Amino acid sequence: MSSLNISKLQVKIDQKKILQGVDFKIKPGEVHAIMGPNGSGKSTLAYTLAGHPAYEVTGGKVSLDQEDLLNMSPDERSQAGLFLAFQYPVEIPGVKVQNFLRQAYRARFEGQKDKQFNSVLAFRKHLEKLAQELKVNPELLKRGLNEGFSGGEKKRLEILQMAVLEPKFAVLDETDSGLDIDAIKAVAVGIKQNIKKYKTGVLLITHYQRILDYIQPDFVHVMVRGKVVESGDKTLVKKLEQDGYQKWS
Amino acid sequence: MARFAKKQTTDLDKKLKQDSYEHGDSFSTADYKHISKPGLNKEIIEEISSFKNEPKWMLQQRLKAYEIFKSKPMPNWGVDLSEINFDKIRYYFRPTEDQVSSWQDVPLEVKDTFDRLGIPEAEQKVLAGVKTQLDSEVVYGSLKNVWAKYGVEFLSMDEGLAKHEDLVKEYFGKVIPAADNKFSALNAAVWSGGSFVYVPPGVDVQLPLQAYFRINAESSGQFERTLIIVDEGAKVHYIEGCTAPNFSSNSLHSGVIEIFVKKGAQCQYTTVQNWYKNIYNLVTQRAFVEEEGQMIWTDFNMGSKATMKYPGFILAGKGAKGEVLSMALAGADQHQDTGAKAIHLAPHTSSTIISKSISKGGGRASYRGLVSIGPKAHHSKNTVICDALLLDPESRSDTYPVDKVFNSQVEVQHEATVSKIGDDQLFYLMSRGISEEDARKMIVNGFVEDLIKKLPLEYAVEMNRLIDHEMEGSIG
Repeated sequence: MSSLNISKLQVKIDQKKILQGVDFKIKPGEVHAIMGPNGSGKSTLAYTLAGHPAYEVTGGKVSLDQEDLLNMSPDERSQAGLFLAFQYPVEIPGVKVQNFLRQAYRARFEGQKDKQFNSVLAFRKHLEKLAQELKVNPELLKRGLNEGFSGGEKKRLEILQMAVLEPKFAVLDETDSGLDIDAIKAVAVGIKQNIKKYKTGVLLITHYQRILDYIQPDFVHVMVRGKVVESGDKTLVKKLEQDGYQKWS
Repeated sequence: MARFAKKQTTDLDKKLKQDSYEHGDSFSTADYKHISKPGLNKEIIEEISSFKNEPKWMLQQRLKAYEIFKSKPMPNWGVDLSEINFDKIRYYFRPTEDQVSSWQDVPLEVKDTFDRLGIPEAEQKVLAGVKTQLDSEVVYGSLKNVWAKYGVEFLSMDEGLAKHEDLVKEYFGKVIPAADNKFSALNAAVWSGGSFVYVPPGVDVQLPLQAYFRINAESSGQFERTLIIVDEGAKVHYIEGCTAPNFSSNSLHSGVIEIFVKKGAQCQYTTVQNWYKNIYNLVTQRAFVEEEGQMIWTDFNMGSKATMKYPGFILAGKGAKGEVLSMALAGADQHQDTGAKAIHLAPHTSSTIISKSISKGGGRASYRGLVSIGPKAHHSKNTVICDALLLDPESRSDTYPVDKVFNSQVEVQHEATVSKIGDDQLFYLMSRGISEEDARKMIVNGFVEDLIKKLPLEYAVEMNRLIDHEMEGSIG
């Protein structure tokens, strides 16, 4: 059975311990929400899973479909089916979105005969169709990657990238932050489509209840000071919204 | 004239051998028709002139230029030129007897070299005409009938002088006099080859003319001289490519390119400079632009040991426009000192200079620019944008801009950025499945994208490929 398995994960950055033993198991199609106060290690978890070199794993294991994820470089992790939607997507001037995504797609599905497009044009059509479904302005596909994009456009493009790469598991790092209500809805619809189409297992990092009104989480975890201190179902969200994180501080 | 003994080939420096330069093979110069003795003196200049059967005034002009060359000190700015030894260089090589107009007639070894560079194929598909210069002489040339029919002339400079002596006399050395700098003086003294282009009024040469420059001989100098005259309302794009074999000893390339853009005419001059890392590339290029005329220099410097090159234009007529789009890639042991000169003399003239440099492996790229707006150039505009990308902490980038403005009714803008390929950019691309090497290539190609799209598609594709090739193995 496919799964993303995180066990006893410990991580430090600049000699500072951030994650102090985190455990999760995510199955295909499941949505796990992680909530927690600022500085509790949520983004560290996201970056560590994707393999950012600044984050040093000092203990624990992560496996994706029984394969050791921590031994892979960031590109290999993506090729294995992991996706990270960035909280702050970087701008890469002059690298056209559509060309970049074609190369990313080819890396992801290399050697899978049924996943190949026989021309650049066929891929572009596929891309435009996905963009339409996710309400991403097709003009953006011809521009430099995130170059001069608004905050909302960047976040929508992250979800479009997720749709293109059809990940087995996706980590969404505060994808809802800084978005207006309409944008949150659009992003939520996109995430749900991915889950439905590809049975993507999702780790959704958020500060707010709102996005969880559109995407019902199967599990909710509370992270405080680098540890999961409580797990439950979606009713936990309401409780957090009322009481905050005081209980653990 | 006696043939010289076959030259000894020196052992290749191992470091040079192991690099990834693609155009490295040279062939023996044993069959060359003439190779001059090393060193420069009056006799060598007379020898060159007599080979060419040129008019007396040209020889006199050469000798005068030689005196100027001797009187000028080496530049003490820009790149380090201290290793150039003028006494060791051979100034004139005649690889074949004459220029031919059919590939069949090109000697086999020469043909092989140009075949490998893909020239015959490009000629058929995307070019209006071709000149290929090997060392000192143009060995092959063609111009499609359709352009010849309109009166377009695309000749070697030697042919140009023979056929259009009056035009050459009128324009030669007029925008770049011998006394402009030490190397323009040297070129005026020993020039050989290069192109003569004349486009009659109103003719739009829709496909590019391409000149191909190849240095094959070691310890040599190549001094091509190009003169392009674009008559009123005409339009032309001239492209030059440069490569050389991987010898361990240094050679010198010192061309002079003069362009005259008449009223309402347009000229684009593109250089794809990919010399091997043993070449000193010291080139002077300048255009004289009349009313409503437009000059565009697209200058791509990726090869050579050291380059000093500042394509310029004199905007002499009302409403004239000039653009310099410059890209330099400096790798290990390379110093690219490039830039532009924009001289505004007339009202309502405008110029844009965009310079992008990439430094890696300890390489050094400098932007050096002069913008001068004269007292009569009211309502003129100039924009300079310099962006530098550093791929590692060992590499270096400098900017030396000079603005001289003698009129208050003008707009002058200058923007400069220096950026590094950040871990965050690499990580972002890698997190989408792209390897580190491909991610670096992508970032670098993206950085120069707005310049590259100014090239015809085939060249843009080739340029991206060259950059990718330069970036290979650059990790770690």
